[in-house]
Amino acid sequence: MRPTLKIANASGFWGDQPDAAARLLAAQPDLDFLTLDYLAEVSLSIMAINRAKDPSAGFARDFIEVIRSVAPFWYGGVKTRIVTNAGGLDPVACGRAVRAELNRAELDHRKVAVVTGDSVLDWLGQHPECANLETGQPLAAVLSRLVTANAYLGADPIAAALQDGADIVITGRVADPSLTVGPARAHFGWNAGDWDRLAGATVAGHLIECGTQACGGFSTDWLDLPHTHDIGFPIAEIAADGSCVITKPPGTGGAVTVNTVKEQLLYEIGDPGAYLSPDATVSFLGLKLSPDGPDRIRLTGATGRPPPPDYKVSATYRDGFKAHGQLTIYGERAVAKARRAGEGMLRKLAEQGCVFRETLVECLGTGASVGGIGSRLDESELIETVLRVSVAADTEEPVHRFTRLIAPLVTNGPQGVTGYASGRPKVLPVFGYWPCLVPRAAVQPRWEWI
Amino acid sequence: MSTLGQIAFARSGDKGSSANVAVFARSPEAYAWLVRQLTADRVEEYFRPLGVGRVQRFEVPNLEALNFVLPGILAGGGSRSLRIDAQGKTLGQALLALPIDYPAP
Repeated sequence: MRPTLKIANASGFWGDQPDAAARLLAAQPDLDFLTLDYLAEVSLSIMAINRAKDPSAGFARDFIEVIRSVAPFWYGGVKTRIVTNAGGLDPVACGRAVRAELNRAELDHRKVAVVTGDSVLDWLGQHPECANLETGQPLAAVLSRLVTANAYLGADPIAAALQDGADIVITGRVADPSLTVGPARAHFGWNAGDWDRLAGATVAGHLIECGTQACGGFSTDWLDLPHTHDIGFPIAEIAADGSCVITKPPGTGGAVTVNTVKEQLLYEIGDPGAYLSPDATVSFLGLKLSPDGPDRIRLTGATGRPPPPDYKVSATYRDGFKAHGQLTIYGERAVAKARRAGEGMLRKLAEQGCVFRETLVECLGTGASVGGIGSRLDESELIETVLRVSVAADTEEPVHRFTRLIAPLVTNGPQGVTGYASGRPKVLPVFGYWPCLVPRAAVQPRWEWI
Repeated sequence: MSTLGQIAFARSGDKGSSANVAVFARSPEAYAWLVRQLTADRVEEYFRPLGVGRVQRFEVPNLEALNFVLPGILAGGGSRSLRIDAQGKTLGQALLALPIDYPAP
């Protein structure tokens, strides 16, 4: 039987701690794999905008820094391989940049593979009837404004590249857990029909995909955890039967407990009896969690069945512009002053003929993050609030005018307006999110050497 | 009167313009209570000011947890929502502030 496979996650999102990979390898040079996840639902649309200005910006450049930081470990004999979706919209360009970095580090022999075939823009262009998964609306309504459309590929092309000896596999859009399932399939030689084992690896991948969130980050009881300034990144030790132990490097902060793992198991989940991934449909309902030493939780009992016949697609489309402006108001009846200042600014813009499709005035400190739900606060007692005003419009001009009216509140607003230091707010493009399903036959995942 | 946070912990996250909140009992007794009392209707009513649609509840007895799916609660979510919390990061804390009568008769 093949030995346990050790896979750590070193990035939970685009913008996560850049030194995580190097620190993991320094603490545990025996790791078989690092996975790095960079892609949230709308990340690809940000890359599309960046690429419009700079053709080389269609992928997560942060990953090149990671390669630079990991190179000395490889040079020193560490064998850890890497699987990442840093390729974003342009895995080939990402692969070339990685190749150049490896050559600079005299690591020319390292084999780089890229996975492509996730973009379904062309296919969707021929299928305006394709329905939005959330609203049922046909794609025709936004087709002319589509920016990106990418299927969540599964583990197949990753596993294939690894079996052929890839040291680094760079993908575009894949299902997050597939970054872990790919190595597990390649290592254990599981077949596509080993649903329970694939389910187990999918659970492991789901648990580690958000970085430190499995090890106490974001947890309800965060204040009670040790050394929260330095929470460890998670490691999944996957066994040949698909069960796993979740742990973290020794000497790091946070904790891996039944509770931290439970919280992450149900993070961003719909039906826990049918977690959908392109590798397997997974039930969490038979999972057993048991402690296995300090900061070690063993998970057994994942069950799987065949995945859905379609690929899930995240598409994005241009949907106007928005801006947010923020100021701090201190003093007697701070909230009343902030509300009047924010609403007054919107009134002035309306009188100037600006048309917004949506506006919002929030007074932070009053429970505004959730619209005041559950707050037992008397607002008139608050001595301080942060006024946050937001607008959205179909065109850029009214949003641009809004951004010019924030600073003047320092002189025409109430006494005690402060916190204006970072200049005028930026006008931001808005991307609508368009989830839909595309038949497997319409998508051809493939991989190639770089 | 106590709050849900005294008998449970939680985590929330986004999926498009929807969110989920998972609620985990701190004891078997608390889980039995949650199953009886923390209904989809009760959660839906609590979050109604945020424009939530029909709330779905899933029981996860092996984790002593309930998972609530909150459709449309993020005012567009992701890039589109104007709210300070466009991704539902705070919804778990909000639900834990729910006033409860525990143990109920």
